[in-house]
Amino acid sequence: MASTETTPAQDSGSVEAGLDALETTATGRTPFSQTFKNKILPPITAVAVVLVAWALLYPVVDNPSKLPSPSDVWGEVEDQWLKGTLLEYIWGSVSRGLLGFLLALAIGTPLGLVVARVKFVRAAIGPILSGLQSLPSVAWVAPAVIWLGLNNSVMFTVILLGAVPSIANGLVSGVDQVPPLFLRAGRTLGATGLRGTWHIVMPAALPGYVAGLKQGWAFSWRSLMAAEIIAQSPDMGMGLGQLLEVGRTNSSMATVFLAILLILFVGIAIDLLIFSPLERWVLRSRGLLVKS
Amino acid sequence: MATTLAKAEESVEYAARLEHVSKSFAGPGGQQLVLDDISIDVAPGEFVTLLGASGCGKSTLLNLVAGLDKPTVGSIATDGRPSLMFQEHALFPWLTAGKNIELALKLRGVPKNERRDRTEELLELVRLKGAYGKRVHELSGGMRQRAALARALAQESNLLLMDEPFSALDAITRDVLHDELTRIWTETGVSVLFVTHNVREAVRLAQRVILLSSRPGRIAREWTVDIPQPRRIEDAPVAELSLEITDVLRGEIRRHGQH
Repeated sequence: MASTETTPAQDSGSVEAGLDALETTATGRTPFSQTFKNKILPPITAVAVVLVAWALLYPVVDNPSKLPSPSDVWGEVEDQWLKGTLLEYIWGSVSRGLLGFLLALAIGTPLGLVVARVKFVRAAIGPILSGLQSLPSVAWVAPAVIWLGLNNSVMFTVILLGAVPSIANGLVSGVDQVPPLFLRAGRTLGATGLRGTWHIVMPAALPGYVAGLKQGWAFSWRSLMAAEIIAQSPDMGMGLGQLLEVGRTNSSMATVFLAILLILFVGIAIDLLIFSPLERWVLRSRGLLVKS
Repeated sequence: MATTLAKAEESVEYAARLEHVSKSFAGPGGQQLVLDDISIDVAPGEFVTLLGASGCGKSTLLNLVAGLDKPTVGSIATDGRPSLMFQEHALFPWLTAGKNIELALKLRGVPKNERRDRTEELLELVRLKGAYGKRVHELSGGMRQRAALARALAQESNLLLMDEPFSALDAITRDVLHDELTRIWTETGVSVLFVTHNVREAVRLAQRVILLSSRPGRIAREWTVDIPQPRRIEDAPVAELSLEITDVLRGEIRRHGQH
């Protein structure tokens, strides 16, 4: 007993070290084979199933003006690629979409913050902001063309009307879900007023905000495509919506299919490359992402 | 020289002084009195626990002292802005343990080049050396409360308010944290106002135990704890005094059942 005698402080220190070790679980990265099996293989299978079903359906319908074959559409891809117009179409839409989204971000963020924090503003325009989300922004194409003429500002107007409410609403719900405990803790640390907004409210609201951004992008892209299909003008440059309209006027179902697939593909790609990683990073760093 | 000395003496007269503090809230059936005529002095470096059953307004009282709310009647003076530790750790999950502490230093106006070193010192004080880059969810319950304690200490206030900070922990971890809190209190010389409903915890930690009655919260009785530190919660004198206080506390609670 005498040889192992320790002071109470040393003793509790070593017990504490033991407790810490017992209660901390090591987290490692999942191996690639598992990621492949759980995350990559299922969507590839789904796409393969759709392609097979399509190829089987083609001879049944037997009418290329209604259902083109997969190889027809692929031929269209090669054709456009060789002409050098494929990337032009895609870039035309993506650049508009991203620029419009950034504008929406710059407007929606301060708007959301003001709605969330100022009671009067919230009561005044909060319901309208939520209501605007359910109004398809395509509805604005006609008045926007009349007001602004047939040019790119129509596209940006429609994107803004689609995305700003989503981004602002995402931030509002993010702020609403900030636990009051964080606000109290922040206040005792001296984070009040603008410092409180910057150091506590904004970071605490980040998960809701990022969800709003994700939805805002989906709305941007959708609105833009609708606007591109409806508002046609030679001096507006090329876009995927225009490609679809070209296909329709030329009665080329393969071109229409190509346009639809590209619209879908780009929408998913931007989400997968930008917004999903952003969302996962935010959630994982807070321990909110449950490993399956 | 003489004037500065007098000033210094004046400022260390108390860490917190509550004079005839009452607090009522608007409730169903009019104003509800939560705290009634509370007067407490916490001396510099003193460790005081506030003990009471539910409904004694312990947390309301701490909010008042922390300046998060204002008393209806009476006055509260503290030596600088107190720091506050909650039942839940209240660490910000978007920051690492170290960054949580650095934020407290930053908000206090500590220059950037000193923050990292000071943070490491504080982490070492609560025996969390090497946890600087750990995310909050990677820490165990006891480690989180220690990080929260380090964050509260980062404010370098003269008064540390603690609102049942160990009540959500398991018994073994709690015992260890009692030892740690006693050690840190001795090392830093900070005054502590500690709220709990756990009698033994109160006796284990404090120099003075103040018992509050419930609905409304009034000071029912006060004990000075003369047992030398470091104490253990199992020590016979701790148990003996706890028994005495528990009997009084039970008597207070019993009154509410007699209607």
